[in-house]
Amino acid sequence: MRKIKNLIMTVMISLATLICLIPLFLLLYYVIKMGISSINLDFFIKNPKPMGEIGGGMLNSIVGTLIVLGMASLIGIPFGLATGIYLAENKGTKLAEWVRLSTEVLVGIPSIVIGILVYSWVVKTMNTFSAFAGSIALTIIMIPLLARSTEEVLLMVPNTLKEAAFALGASRWNTQRMIVMKTAMGGIISAILSSIGRIAGETAPLLFTAFGNQFFSTKLFRPISTLPIQIFTYARSPNVVQNKMAWAGALLLVSMVLLLNFSAKWISQALVKRSKN
Amino acid sequence: MFYMRSDKVFKIVLLVFGFLILFFSIGIFIQLSSSAWLSIKQNGVSFLFKSVWDPNKDVYGALPFLIGTFITALLSVFLSLPLSIGTSLFLSDYVKGNFSNIISSLIDLLASIPSVVYGLWGLFMLVPYIRILENWLFKYAGFIPLFNSKPYGVGILSATVVLLIMILPYSISVIKEVLKMVPDDLKEAGYALGANKWEVMQKIVLPYIKSGIFAGTGLSLGRALGETMAVTMVIGNRNAVPTSLFDPANTLASVIANEFYEASSASHVSSLIYLALILFVFSFLVNFTMQLILRKINTGMIKK
Repeated sequence: MRKIKNLIMTVMISLATLICLIPLFLLLYYVIKMGISSINLDFFIKNPKPMGEIGGGMLNSIVGTLIVLGMASLIGIPFGLATGIYLAENKGTKLAEWVRLSTEVLVGIPSIVIGILVYSWVVKTMNTFSAFAGSIALTIIMIPLLARSTEEVLLMVPNTLKEAAFALGASRWNTQRMIVMKTAMGGIISAILSSIGRIAGETAPLLFTAFGNQFFSTKLFRPISTLPIQIFTYARSPNVVQNKMAWAGALLLVSMVLLLNFSAKWISQALVKRSKN
Repeated sequence: MFYMRSDKVFKIVLLVFGFLILFFSIGIFIQLSSSAWLSIKQNGVSFLFKSVWDPNKDVYGALPFLIGTFITALLSVFLSLPLSIGTSLFLSDYVKGNFSNIISSLIDLLASIPSVVYGLWGLFMLVPYIRILENWLFKYAGFIPLFNSKPYGVGILSATVVLLIMILPYSISVIKEVLKMVPDDLKEAGYALGANKWEVMQKIVLPYIKSGIFAGTGLSLGRALGETMAVTMVIGNRNAVPTSLFDPANTLASVIANEFYEASSASHVSSLIYLALILFVFSFLVNFTMQLILRKINTGMIKK
């Protein structure tokens, strides 16, 4: 009886794992199957055609995504790193504990709320939807993510290394720059890559900030088209041609995100191996 | 001399960044409240209990969205619980080494797939099957009130299933972390007494990680409450109180995503921001509580 129960539970537990994995494979399978047929050279080098016409691509959204992501990273990376360093350097102080708690809470704030917030702060003030507003929204999502992972990475640097630097008379800033950052470099790069991966697919915060644009635009203070928003619009369109475009866009977006995640993982693993040798 | 100065600057810069983050959380609350002030003044607290949302008549009540949000979130969290506990146990105690690592990273992949892609997949691939299931349930179990409305495919049930898939990696990663903290000697003691694997899990491991499971579920509840794109795409977007699992509905997040950029009147806009404020407060409370619990677990104040 006990043995049978044990066996049944083992099967159930393995089954639970299998059930968790099935959606992943189904999703990847469908995205590849449906997306691959619409991906061709035109997809990357042409702008969308008006509804009803066949052909065209998503060049404007691809460029838009790169612009918005690039700008978000430009602001978000230094800010996130600095907060992470602050947390690691001041571990245990009351203020740092509060800061850590608020980064954790910020991570949990629904991204649509961030979108509304940036709408009130940036879009209303500048009186236009813009690529800039979209980047600010993504930056706000990126900072707490990056801060937390930076802190984790920095705490892995052995204290003895820092103490050795202090003993040689180095200042805190120089120790941080020359010893801690250098030792933790791989981890930090991997943290940066995975935080970019996280914001690359964000859609909700871009709805009322970057908004979307039918045309090709690289202007920072004008509405801009991005891949996630375009996928959303095309998915809800009654037009089959646009639905197909949505799948192609999804394939590109998923590949981008997975590539960022894999390279992050690969870098951190390669570094672990190197430090072991 | 220069050393001292660069150190001071370094310290101050870090402090400023830390403070900024801290004040940011408070700033969000203040900004949302002030943008929603018009609607707060007009509707007051009874906003939460009014069941009609009709921008054309300038009538705003949040009840349909509150119900939509909580039903989909609670149901998906509840259904995900056995799956996430099972998977975490599987990864920590039933398989070892590389195999466990590979499956872990596959499950992490679930978290990295963008929400809009889940929505797309849900809308075109999942909803047709759910419609078949709903039709079948409607035909044979339609006398049960939960299944007693015309199935469209899009609706509460579809949103719940998509949410369920999306929150799995979050609760699994929390529970996995807590499982690592179960001391090996406790488990070994169990085995030494002749208990088999499941008995050790049931009598020793699960009671030990109770609070961790609670925190993991809470964090995934926080995610489910605020999930926007995927839900917006499969929930059917209907502004009425849902009466069955098949009803198209809206959540707080999905109605904002749907109506915000079409909203023209000031009272419509500020009512939508009022909804965002409510969403913010709920997810803040959930996350804050769960982080405090997790912290206590980590510092070992709660042992069981």
